[in-house]
Amino acid sequence: MKKMSKVTKNNLITYAMVIAAYIVMEILLKTGHVSSLLQGLLVPLCTYVILAVSLNLTVGILGELSLGHAGFMCVGAFSSALFSLTTKEAIPNGGLRFLIAILIACVAAAVCGVIVGIPVLRLKGDYLAIVTLAFGEIIKNLVNAIYLGIDSKGFHFSMKDTISLNLEPEGKVLIKGAQGITGTPHSSNFTIGVILILITLIIVNNLVHSRTGRAVMSIRDNRIAAESIGINITKYKLIAFTLSAAMAGVAGALYSHNLATLTALPKNFGYNMSIMILVFVVLGGIGNMRGSVIAAVVLTLLPELLRGLSDYRMLIYAIVLIVMMIFNWSPAVLDMRKKLAAKLKKNQTEKEA
Amino acid sequence: MSFISYLVTGISLGSVYAIIALGYTMVYGIAKMLNFAHGDVIMVGSYVVFVAVSNMGVNPYVAILISMAVCTILGMTIEKVAYKPLRGTSPLAVLITAIGVSYLLQNLALLIFGADTKAFTSVVTLPNLVLFEGQLTISGVTIVTVVACIIIMVCLTLFVNKTKPGRAMIAVSEDKGAAELMGINVNGTIALTFAIGSALAAIAGVLLCSAYPALTPYTGSMPGIKAFVAAVFGGIGSIPGAMIGGIILGVIENLSKAYISSQMADAIVFAVLIVVLLVKPTGILGKNIQEKV
Repeated sequence: MKKMSKVTKNNLITYAMVIAAYIVMEILLKTGHVSSLLQGLLVPLCTYVILAVSLNLTVGILGELSLGHAGFMCVGAFSSALFSLTTKEAIPNGGLRFLIAILIACVAAAVCGVIVGIPVLRLKGDYLAIVTLAFGEIIKNLVNAIYLGIDSKGFHFSMKDTISLNLEPEGKVLIKGAQGITGTPHSSNFTIGVILILITLIIVNNLVHSRTGRAVMSIRDNRIAAESIGINITKYKLIAFTLSAAMAGVAGALYSHNLATLTALPKNFGYNMSIMILVFVVLGGIGNMRGSVIAAVVLTLLPELLRGLSDYRMLIYAIVLIVMMIFNWSPAVLDMRKKLAAKLKKNQTEKEA
Repeated sequence: MSFISYLVTGISLGSVYAIIALGYTMVYGIAKMLNFAHGDVIMVGSYVVFVAVSNMGVNPYVAILISMAVCTILGMTIEKVAYKPLRGTSPLAVLITAIGVSYLLQNLALLIFGADTKAFTSVVTLPNLVLFEGQLTISGVTIVTVVACIIIMVCLTLFVNKTKPGRAMIAVSEDKGAAELMGINVNGTIALTFAIGSALAAIAGVLLCSAYPALTPYTGSMPGIKAFVAAVFGGIGSIPGAMIGGIILGVIENLSKAYISSQMADAIVFAVLIVVLLVKPTGILGKNIQEKV
């Protein structure tokens, strides 16, 4: 085997881990060792992993805190679900239709990312965070207020209710405001989810180690220094932010094609969701893509594994979260860990000697 | 007349936001962290009053004092256990820990009190104020809320500007290192800030639940976020800014609920925030610090 760079090796380990996890899961599925509850969790799990990796691009590589990631997911989910619903008859091939739907989700979220990114990226730090949160909430609220119908004359649009759409009798209501979209074809599955995870990881890892990625990271480390050597700050910030939004859109498509009824609730597209994804990113390690994948998987499965404890599971989840943060970030604990590690090493060398 | 009535309710709601926002802003100014658990301290404060008044029959005013004491202790404990070990690390780490604390408080409340909505009996016994021959009615809660907000605001401004611990707070928020060299007890000052913020949260909780008497473990989270928006709106770190931001936010929310759409009210509030921040990137009263090489 030729000598690989450390980076390539590291990336390959991540891909191998995902594939290995997939194979193990498939074997377990085939042999029937997986509870139906866990089976239902597989596609959302893939969604969360993609979201975590894509948010890590904004938080870890671009270095800006975004609290509105679920908003982009929402755009992707609704645009792709709408497409699949309208072209159910026109494109009978489910696979092809889902592929186009994913691309549409990606483009729609990216466009949204540009629209949001241009004003937002002018701000800094916590102000940026709160504006992304605001955008996420606005997107969720808007989606909840949209009514869209179709008949022989084309699309009808309203912000009030289904009656004001003025549909012909044979017309069909596609988006029913807060009731959302019903009847999206069930095209998502675990395999597609894992393939999308791999694509996302490859895109992000390649970006990070490209010229563009280095430019983005230089902005993160020192904006003024980056500007002084001629890096176009706005352009590179926008590239990273938009790409991150586009991938969240893909996650949205995966999510929406797993549900019969898609509604924009605070639970799935509100700031709670954005924060949950942020938790994955921070706990997994800011800027570390493999960490994001692991954290997303562990933290999604943790409440399910604790299901036996019923009422106490979210409580334990919260405590685990706090303890893990202190364990991983506190200077005092880190110091202690270092000392402990040195001591263990010393003991080992003494034994060997 | 209905416009004035909506405006007054808006100001009252805004006053609650302002009191919560004061807690956010003070903590942010000093510890440079977003205390996401602040909204849940409000919820705890409301539950304490609820239990004291409805289950134990304590005098409502005594109950408020108990609630303030409980919240103060709670706030200081949270600071000591969860935030202090992380001081000086990435603000993101502290933010996530704060989210963890928020989950913890919500789920503890869920375990102890259950998920069902508790009907909160208003602690305000002031009669409604009827003006213009019955055309305009202002509820007692509204008046008390606005008055409480003004009193808190004045006391806090005086405390921060005139007393020694208050001046220490300003010093710590300007430059932690320099303040320490001047002999200021930084840890003590930060703890004091959390204590004051949490006590204010208890008052805000009581006022909020008196006006909107439905108490669940998630009561605090949305007003918490709104108050946070209000704090940013007015310029985070600034006490008068939190006040102005809170009241403007409450008025916009109530008026858009009344005249545009109740569903879109939140979206409108957030849209206004975005516009304000784009024009004035550090909020209405925020200080604009130029970054130097």
